[in-house]
Amino acid sequence: MNLQEALGRWLFRFGRDDRLPVVLTQRRIFILPTRAGLLYGVVLCVMLTGAINYNLSLGHALVFLLAGLGLVAMVHTFRNLLGLRLMPGRADPVFAGEAAYFTLHVENALPLPRRALELAFGKNDTVSLEIPGGQQVSVSIPFMTIHRGRLDPGRVTLSSRYPLGLFRAWSYPHPPLSCLVYPKPLETPLPSSTPSWKSTGSRGNSGQEDFSGLRERQANESPRHIAWKAVARDIEHRPLLVKQFDGGAAEELWLDWTQTPSGNDTETRLSLLAGWIVIAAREQRRYGLRLPERSIAPNSGAVHRDACLEALALHA
Amino acid sequence: MPNPFRSFLQKRRIRPRSQTALVALEHGAIPWLLGVAVATTLPHAEHLPWWLSLFSAALLLGRGWLWKSNSRLPARWLLALLVIVGTTGIGWQYRTLFGRDAGVALLVFFMALKPMEMHARRDGLVVIMLGFFLLLTHYFHSQSIPTGLWLLAVATLLTAALIRLHGGAQPVREIVRYAAWLIAQAVPFMLVFFLLFPRVQGPLWGLPQDAHAGLTGLSDRMSPGSLNSLIQSGEIAFRAQFATPLPDRSRLYWRGPVFDTYDGQTWRASPLSASRSANKPATVEYSGTAIADYTITLEPHNQRWLMALELPISLPEGSALWPAFETLAREPVRYRTRYAFRSALDHVANREESPRMLQQALRLPAGFNPRARELAGEWRNTLNDPEQISAAALRYFREEKFFYTLQPPLLGQNAVDEFLFDTRRGFCEHYSSAYVVLMRAAGIPSRVVTGYQGGETNPVDGFLTVRQSDAHAWAEIWLDGKGWVRVDPTAAVAPSRIERGIGAALPAGDPLPALVRIDTDWLLQLQRLRYRWEAVNNAWNQWILGYNPQRQREVLSRLGMEDPGWRSMASAMAIFSGMCLLLVTIWTLARRTRVSPEQQAWQRFCRGLERFGIRRAPWEGPFDLAERVARERPDLAQLARDAAGHFAELRYGMGQPRQLLALKECTRQLASHRRIKV
Repeated sequence: MNLQEALGRWLFRFGRDDRLPVVLTQRRIFILPTRAGLLYGVVLCVMLTGAINYNLSLGHALVFLLAGLGLVAMVHTFRNLLGLRLMPGRADPVFAGEAAYFTLHVENALPLPRRALELAFGKNDTVSLEIPGGQQVSVSIPFMTIHRGRLDPGRVTLSSRYPLGLFRAWSYPHPPLSCLVYPKPLETPLPSSTPSWKSTGSRGNSGQEDFSGLRERQANESPRHIAWKAVARDIEHRPLLVKQFDGGAAEELWLDWTQTPSGNDTETRLSLLAGWIVIAAREQRRYGLRLPERSIAPNSGAVHRDACLEALALHA
Repeated sequence: MPNPFRSFLQKRRIRPRSQTALVALEHGAIPWLLGVAVATTLPHAEHLPWWLSLFSAALLLGRGWLWKSNSRLPARWLLALLVIVGTTGIGWQYRTLFGRDAGVALLVFFMALKPMEMHARRDGLVVIMLGFFLLLTHYFHSQSIPTGLWLLAVATLLTAALIRLHGGAQPVREIVRYAAWLIAQAVPFMLVFFLLFPRVQGPLWGLPQDAHAGLTGLSDRMSPGSLNSLIQSGEIAFRAQFATPLPDRSRLYWRGPVFDTYDGQTWRASPLSASRSANKPATVEYSGTAIADYTITLEPHNQRWLMALELPISLPEGSALWPAFETLAREPVRYRTRYAFRSALDHVANREESPRMLQQALRLPAGFNPRARELAGEWRNTLNDPEQISAAALRYFREEKFFYTLQPPLLGQNAVDEFLFDTRRGFCEHYSSAYVVLMRAAGIPSRVVTGYQGGETNPVDGFLTVRQSDAHAWAEIWLDGKGWVRVDPTAAVAPSRIERGIGAALPAGDPLPALVRIDTDWLLQLQRLRYRWEAVNNAWNQWILGYNPQRQREVLSRLGMEDPGWRSMASAMAIFSGMCLLLVTIWTLARRTRVSPEQQAWQRFCRGLERFGIRRAPWEGPFDLAERVARERPDLAQLARDAAGHFAELRYGMGQPRQLLALKECTRQLASHRRIKV
């Protein structure tokens, strides 16, 4: 650990916040003038020199008023962050290379609106939002993923320049957030017939299975199957319904670690497997996954797909 | 059950962020910036060349139109062309690009042009910073109370524009209210800094040539008509505050420049009278009776004369009494200055005078005004005593048909002759000039004195106000054994000019100079208002505008600071502004949690329950609480369920106003329930 890191740890209290909600107190908010603030200071100095040189008494008064305005702006910028409460939300799994969106619930307990809040993970894209007085807003903050696995995006930078842009107040809350990142799928043709095929006849017309009914939607199920028409019929009371399909490919496809070219490194092989899973799920096939240390029995559906991808993501 | 939390899941607009990309300027922020540009440049229109005002107005209007029609901004080459055209025009107009006025013109021009290339938020910031700077330049022309108020309003507008720039779209009223709130919080800092910031007397460096253009006042020469234009002006020349009783109006002669050289047209000061070494020092003998102590607040006139009652015996620091009894400051008076004088109203001035000075006071240009010389020669032959000659001249003014008027006919080559024998119409400069020519022709050393006569007491604050319209010219003659004696030939023709002021001296039908006092009935009310306004203005001048290093020391030591040096001022400033900051911080950060009426009513109901030994736990919802009440106090079950139902509906459902009343009724019943039980 270098000196800068140690200083940062001491000064900015880096480290995960375990007590929830994370409340932004005086100790956690930092404030410094922005470039515009420095320019403002220079302009005031020049104006003061002019006022002295031309003996403009009202010029003195104007400069002093503006200096006071700068100080007041500092307090108000600080106030814009003070007392915000942060609760971590969930983040949907993504493939490596995509942006993961972490949900954060930000609550403003005071009656004053908080404006022009900016949230970002490090150098990732910034999300700006405002929270009316006494309300809670949920915000999704992007984080560009690179590697598969369980992702801790680290501390959030919550900052604001409101009201005058002369100061920037910021805080580094680090709520416990995590997101599952699947391997980046490399889509190659599905492996052809192998001994793991259990052929029970002709391949069904995948994608043209019979509609068999509706059932309540489970969390994690793909929104693609929601029966929007049915839902719209009675939006007040019905839970979300999904269409269920029967039949389908009778054959079972085994996606096996050993089928991937052994000349590649682990990550590429995982990516190839992920690509097969994506294709198989798209074609609504029944498939199973076989990894060196575990295997998942053939099945279909969104839950199964996610379970397979998760196994790949967490592959040691 | 409906979701008890009003949460809003909002996916917000995401904008790409990188170190180089600038934050774009919102379309809705542009009117604010245009407003800033208009408000900061508009008052300058009065002082700018007309073409520049038109050019700037056209640029701003054009930008407004571009905004409205949502069109593209002009290309860079076009803007560069505009910059060249505007800058060249300003350079041509002022003959320079530097200096005060040209600088202000350039600032105004750039302010009008900058909106044409606003793309990023940073450009908006530049406009606002430029606006702050332009605000300061307004003070070159006026530092009056209305200017101060106008600038406060514009500063609020600039703050509002900053808020709009950084805070996104909001209702205009809210932005303005927030800006006004910020400005209001900044005012205490302004007061502390204004009082305690160690003042430095300017200028810090040489000011540009045009720094003091446009200041009016007495001139260093007197030619026909030069006083006339001054008398038409209602501007205030200076104010005097007397510590001793106010002298009689006829003794209020405020001495300014003295002229002892005449070329037939113009009166000037001779180089001799401007040389202190070649002359006897000015000596004033006086008795202790008629002494006046007073303080003058002189408006800047860009000359070195200080106005003092005839004749000063104690001078302010940094000034000196010159051989012709003029009080001259070391530097031209370029700022409103306060200084204290003591004058002896009964005095003998230079009983002994240097022969060269006397000789200078007898010189007349050869060949001019033969008739006047003839008349004076006559007096000289018949009357021996200079005082009798002077009296004869005054009698001549009084008994011949002379008229006091501010609109005299034009005079030709022999101005004094024409005035004395033909036109006989004129005002103080004609009378004094003619009188001195007559005296010199009769062999009596004499000279013209200019200055102000009289003044007007403001009943509100007791200050004597002397205006440019009080400008006056009189004469003085040197008598053996008596020194220089003041003679006012105008008084011979129009005594009321001296006793009551110029308004009374002018014949009816003569157009009055602007703002000259009038005694018409309905105007008296107006005059009273004017007195009050001028008293306020005077206080403003004395305390706000006249707050210089010297006054700062005075005020601070009166406030109890022992040694008001810059060190103690700076530390006091730090302490007081720190206290202000603390107060503003406490005020701003004080948590004002909003409690809605239904919450208030529910809390009141829960407090009522506490009397029955049931205390609501912090995590307990209304229905849980009601069930617990039902278990512990079955007699209160119905009441608690009703109250909880009303509260839940109000808080989380679609409550009706009557349910709030019902909830309050439950609380009342709870209280009376106890009373019955007891």
